[in-house]
Amino acid sequence: MICGSAGCGKTQLAMEFITRGARDFHEPGVFVSFEETEDELKSNVKSLGFDLDDLIRRGLLAIDYVAVERSEIEETGEYDLEGLFVRLQHAIDSVGAKRIALDTIESLFSGLSNTAILRAELRRLFRWLKTKGVTTVITGERGDGTLTRQGIEEYVSDCVVTLDHRVTDQLSTRRLRIVKYRGSTHGTNEYPFLITDSGISVLPVTSLSLNHSVSNDRVPSGVPRLDTMLGGRGFYRGTSILLTGTAGTGKSSLAATFVDAACRRGEKCLYLAFEESQDQIIRNMRSIGIDLQPHVRRGLLRFHASRPTFYGLEMHLLTIHMLVQQHQPKIVIVDPVTDLASGGSVSDVHSMAMRLVDYLKGKGITTLMTTLTSGAGNLEQTEVNISSLIDTWLLLRDMEVGGERNRGLYILKSRGMAHSNQIREFRLTDRGIELLDVYLGPEGVLTGSARLSQEAKAHADESERRENAHRRQLEIEAERKSLAAQIAAIEAKMSLQGEELHELAAREARHAQMLEMDRAAMAQSRRADAVPTPGRSRAAAKKR
Amino acid sequence: MKKTSASKPSKRSIANDEESAVEWDLRLYIAGRTPKCVAAFGNLQKLCREHMAGQYRIEVIDLLENTQLAKGDQILAIPTLVRKLPEPIKKIIGDLSNTERVLVGLDLRPRS
Repeated sequence: MICGSAGCGKTQLAMEFITRGARDFHEPGVFVSFEETEDELKSNVKSLGFDLDDLIRRGLLAIDYVAVERSEIEETGEYDLEGLFVRLQHAIDSVGAKRIALDTIESLFSGLSNTAILRAELRRLFRWLKTKGVTTVITGERGDGTLTRQGIEEYVSDCVVTLDHRVTDQLSTRRLRIVKYRGSTHGTNEYPFLITDSGISVLPVTSLSLNHSVSNDRVPSGVPRLDTMLGGRGFYRGTSILLTGTAGTGKSSLAATFVDAACRRGEKCLYLAFEESQDQIIRNMRSIGIDLQPHVRRGLLRFHASRPTFYGLEMHLLTIHMLVQQHQPKIVIVDPVTDLASGGSVSDVHSMAMRLVDYLKGKGITTLMTTLTSGAGNLEQTEVNISSLIDTWLLLRDMEVGGERNRGLYILKSRGMAHSNQIREFRLTDRGIELLDVYLGPEGVLTGSARLSQEAKAHADESERRENAHRRQLEIEAERKSLAAQIAAIEAKMSLQGEELHELAAREARHAQMLEMDRAAMAQSRRADAVPTPGRSRAAAKKR
Repeated sequence: MKKTSASKPSKRSIANDEESAVEWDLRLYIAGRTPKCVAAFGNLQKLCREHMAGQYRIEVIDLLENTQLAKGDQILAIPTLVRKLPEPIKKIIGDLSNTERVLVGLDLRPRS
């Protein structure tokens, strides 16, 4: 039994039950419609890729349109619904049906006034269908306080599924809940579901647990210096990476670089864009030398661009699930995750992001999410408070110095790896992303032109110092030369004096000798044996 | 089995209006010889004899034998009397025990 209010997908679900059974499981089915004619049904489901005519030709499907027109019918006395039984019997027999859908059997109540008979007959009908061994799906309009308007869920109560189409903040979300299912431990939560061009898809997204296996593989980020900062080899595979930054700090560019690198390695990527269209992203990334178009052509990269307000969060989550299942990517980019907040409250986004991260982690998919932080807020706090879910958190920030803005990148955290604590200047060039060392000087961290000018200044200072040193060296050398010259002159003078001294001594000696000889000659001539005068003899002795 | 219990309709002649020269073409759908069906057939015969003597044709269709025919006239309830002619098609369900309602249903009596 499927119940729900108008437009929540009851007929859709019933129709899928029958057609998929016929097409995929070779269980022929009967679809009994009380509301839509055969042709209407056929054209309605054609858009979902079901060709009812083909199924009918192959004897897998029978459609019966039961019209109940009150104005045509006059009730006179006792009657029963044997006619309906006969028709169902005929339809079941004609295809050997294993499945049957009655959509919406309650419209009998609007056509026939004797509800006592109807109730009795319906009870008989459901019992009869059970004995036939066919699985029956009955749709019913939701009533006040009861699951169906006429309370027929009392008769068919093996399994009751309610569908709901709720609108909050102008965004509608379809939800499905199993109210009861005999003989089974069923999930009791409300699960969002989607009706897409491939039919209904429902995923029990809240039943994920925290026991995913981890990988020691590393995924290069596409920026070699960033890999170096991340312990040398990039991110861990299957982790969640958050890129925060104010507007225009290059979050998308970094994400695109990551995607580009992954696609070059031949890994599949899924790019969920909530701000820009596919073509816009591809065009913009060309300006920094990244061409994503070839990857798209090769089927490695898939874009999914949608406005966050296009549908509710649950729908986004489901869409992502579906895309992931279809595309089987290794890397998923969510750009930006904060935009989803416009489609729900912060706590909703938080729970959604958590489930998304859990889901992708469980699949071993590396997730890169960007979030936009408003300039005024604390940069180290994300707007949707998902930082605790994140394994690696890169912060891109503006640094406004000297009348210009420059981008800086640093790693706030990176679980399980020794990461750099340094700020790097982040530059977008026409050859991609470059990370540069920032200038760390007495005046603080400098980037951009300030860094350049500071570097130039430092360079000038250095050369000036070098010149000074050189000059000083020359001076000293000159002085040394002059000193050496002086030394030479003095030495020359000294040796001259030495010679002079020598000569003087020699001359004195000769002189003394001559004196001696003279005196001897004198003494000889005088034959005197007089003793020489003390003064003279002393002087003579000294000279000897 | 298509049991047609028909008395050859004699045309009622109203000179200036050919269209109103109608025959009552009635079809009674039953499913086996249940008491309700038998009662309905009896009631119908009696009623026709009294109110449209000689101008009617009754066709009784047993759905147990002609299951595919139920779809054509959109039969749900049994017994159902279908007035094929005169148009528009009218359906009267039940055992036809309430003669007044049947007459109203067949437009033989104005709705009160």
